[in-house]
Parts: sequence; structure tokens; C-alpha cells
Amino acid sequence: MSTTANQSTFEHPTYNYGVVRQFAIMTVIWGIFGMGMGVLIATQLLFPEFNLDLPWTHFGRLRPLHTNAVIFAFGGCALFATSYYIVQRTCQTRLAFEPLVKFTFWGWQAVIVSAAITLPLGLTTSHEYAEMEWPIDILITLVWVAYAVVFIGTISQRKTKHIYVANWFFVAFILTVAVLHIVNSAQIPVTLWKSYYVYAGAADAMVQWWYGHNAVGFFLTAGFLGIMYYFVPKQAERPIFSYRLSVVHFWALISIYIWAGAHHLHYSALPEWAQNVGMVMSVILLAPSWGGMINGMMTLSGAWHKLRTDPILRFLVVSLSFYGMSTFEGPMMAIKSVNALSHNTDWTIGHVHSGALGWVAMVSIGALYHLIPRVYGRKEMFSISAINLHFWLATIGTVVYIVAMWINGIGQGLMWKAVDVDGTLKFSFIDSLIYSKFGYGMRIIGGAIFLSGMFVMLYNVIRTIKVAKAEYASTTQTQAA
Amino acid sequence: MDINDLRSLSTVFMAVAFTGILLWAYSSKRKKPFDEAANLPFEEDSAAAEKKNQE
Repeated sequence: MSTTANQSTFEHPTYNYGVVRQFAIMTVIWGIFGMGMGVLIATQLLFPEFNLDLPWTHFGRLRPLHTNAVIFAFGGCALFATSYYIVQRTCQTRLAFEPLVKFTFWGWQAVIVSAAITLPLGLTTSHEYAEMEWPIDILITLVWVAYAVVFIGTISQRKTKHIYVANWFFVAFILTVAVLHIVNSAQIPVTLWKSYYVYAGAADAMVQWWYGHNAVGFFLTAGFLGIMYYFVPKQAERPIFSYRLSVVHFWALISIYIWAGAHHLHYSALPEWAQNVGMVMSVILLAPSWGGMINGMMTLSGAWHKLRTDPILRFLVVSLSFYGMSTFEGPMMAIKSVNALSHNTDWTIGHVHSGALGWVAMVSIGALYHLIPRVYGRKEMFSISAINLHFWLATIGTVVYIVAMWINGIGQGLMWKAVDVDGTLKFSFIDSLIYSKFGYGMRIIGGAIFLSGMFVMLYNVIRTIKVAKAEYASTTQTQAA
Repeated sequence: MDINDLRSLSTVFMAVAFTGILLWAYSSKRKKPFDEAANLPFEEDSAAAEKKNQE
């Protein structure tokens, strides 16, 4: 009752598109917020004055806000929007448990807003990608359990015989993230906004990076592969290249990813055998990762000409290219001898962004351009040329960003390792910072180009909704007359 | 039997499980059901609900 007063306009007879529209719009808005925050902190690294000399706007506080906003606000809303859309359409049934569906939207927005308030205030658990303090952790848990109940409940009510492979990836993502979040949030609260972890020392570090890398593996990979497995076939208008391969690489991916986290702790106090397990598993991970990439790419065989005219397909295919590239780069960086050069340098940041901008953001953006007009009862976005413009801004922005970080990272690694004949370090730390200035500037430009594309998207989305509303108003008028 | 035997066995178990999945997925029996599943994203458009929406 009185559920979707402002959304009833476009209500679908079977599916719940209201929540898809809500999450889709918030994806764009949080995308601009999170990426804007990224450009700001990138600017702070070159021009420290942008710290504003205030504790709340300091790099150390805004950086976790940037990462949480892009991963959990932008990426999270994209996953909610697309998974709710896909599960309904491939199961041909409405989302189960309407009140819980609403709770997942408003609860998730509440999590994001609380993070945006507490992190600048300096309230943090100091665990990367899990900085939010325990009250927010509890809210995340509640929302996530509701999400799992809705998603699995919807699948169990399906009208189809099979469960489409995209839903397998979403279920793996939802269940694993629940386990990761609960285990890595085992904290003992001392006050409302302060808690201590139950783990200590190297064990704490291992739990943290087991969580941290699987946030990449399940939140940013399995979930987005679910997006890929639906939207690439839809946009290419042909079924996935090999359903068999999708099944095999699904099981391989989820069973191997979980072991890779130790590569974040090479040459640390972590026992050496655990480091080696992390390294070997990371290298093996190349195979299932490329299984997904090849499966998506080959879906286009015979339809490559569509790339000439369809910028949405371009988004999806280029995202797969970046996925293939960064899942090659990752295993390579996890090899200990390579890691000795890359660790703690900007190369890591570049690697993360080739995954985050090139893969996660571009596949989400492509999926949204397919989905948004459909949930507003239209065939396509307001402007196809604006999608094309966005595609080029996103691609160029990502490439500029990554190249800047490669230059910086490899240079930093080489400088830090360089020793004179007498065994003393050849360069001081400040030397490597001065060297990095050029790359920092280049990164700001790349990031700003990518961000500008998001504004083009916002404009296109607003216009699409306006046209859809106007069209609806005119049809109801003619029906009344 | 000490813990290291279990560790070795877990590797053997994973290899067997992987081979099993491989054989299962590529068996000719799975071809038809997989083809049906692969076409699910396209069936939604012919579903009755979707037709109603398009008026």
C-alpha cells in the first residue's frame, strides 16, 4: 500500500522496477560523489593546500571516504540495481518480500550517509575498506541479510526451470560478502564510536586481507561478472559464448579467490608458507578470471560490427578488456619478486584503478545505459551520442590514470631499491616524491576526465527520465480523452 | 593420520571436485539444459508479462 506513489507512473505489471530505478539513480549520484572525492584527494597529493588545513578534510580521512564511496556506494548501488533487475527478468517473477526490498534501499543509503559523516570525523576502525565503526557494521549486516533473503527468496519463487548463471554469481557474491563482513567485523565495542578487533598482530592482518582481497574477488568481481553475464548477451543479442565454460569458471573462481589475500602481506610477519600459498593461488587465479573474460568477449563473435554503432556494447567490451588486463597484472604483482618492486608504490594504485575504473565502473555504466531506459518504459537513452562521448571520456580517463601510476610506481620501486656500491640507499624518500610529481599531475587529469564523463551520464539520465515522464503524461491524457 | 594428511587430502579432494565439475559441465547430457538456461535472458521478452507492458 502507498508504496511507490512517485514511481507508480512506470509500474511494470509483474516486476518491481521501482527499487531498480532508485538504485540506478543513486549509482550515478554516488558515482559522482565518490569519484569527485577521488579527484579531490588526488589533487591534495600534488597541492597539499587542498587539505584546507582542517582535520575533517585531511587526506587521511577523505581517502577512506573515497574508497568506501566508490566501492560500496557507487559499486554497491550498481550491484543492487542490476541484480534486482536481472533476477526478476531471468526468473520471470517479482522480487520477494516487498518490505525487505525497501529496507535494502533505505538501509544501504543510511549506511552510506553514516560513512560520509563518521569518516571525516575521524571515527574509524583503521582496517582498509572496513573503516566503518561497529554500529554501522551492524546496519550493514542487517541490510545484507535482507538482501540475501530477498534475492534467494526471489530465485526460489522462479517461474523458470533453470537458474541463469548471472544469478549464481550474485548469490556467491551475496553469501561470501556476508561471511567476510561478519568475520572481519569481530570487534569489541568500548564506546559508541570506538571498538577493538578481537584479532591481534599477524592474525589480524591476515583476517583483514582475507577480507580485503575477497572484497575485490566477490564484491568487485563475482558481482560484476553477474552483470556481465546478463548485459553482454542482451546488448550483443546473442546467448553467452559457452554456458559450460561459465559453470566451470564460476566454481573455479569462487574456490580459488578465497585463498589469494595473503599476497597483500608479502615480506611481512605473516609466516612464509602462508605468503607462498597466497602467491601460488593468485597466479592460478589467472585461469578462471580469463575464463570469464574470454567467455564475454567470444559472445561477440559474429557481432563485432555492432561495436561500430553501439556505444553501450563498447562500454561492455572495453570493460572486459580492462578486466582481462588487470587480472593478468594482479597475478603478476602477487609473485613475490615482482611484489618486491611494486609493493607500497603507485603501481598498486594503478592496478586497482584499472580494475575499478576500467572494469567495475565501465561494466556498470554500460549496464545502466541498457537498464535505465527500460525501467522507465523506453527503448533507449535520450542521447546515444552522449553515451558515445561518455565512453571516450571514460576510456581516455582510465588510460591516462593507469599510465601515470605505472610511471610513478615502477620509478618509485626502482628508486627505493637502488643502492650505491657501499650499500647505502641511492635516493632519499623525498627524491622519489619529487620524481612522482609529474605522475600525480597526470593522474588528476585522468581522474577529472573520467569524472566529467559521469556528469555527461547524469545529464543523459535526467533527460531520459524527463522524456519518459512527458510521454507517459501525454499517453494518459489521450487515453482519458 | 596427522593434520598434514588432511591437508594433502584436501588438495586431492579439490582436484577430484574440479574434474567432476568439468566432466559434468561438458557431458552431452548437459547440452540441452544449458542451451535452455543460456537463452533465459531472451525469453523474458516473449513472456506474457512483458507483452502486457508493451501494450
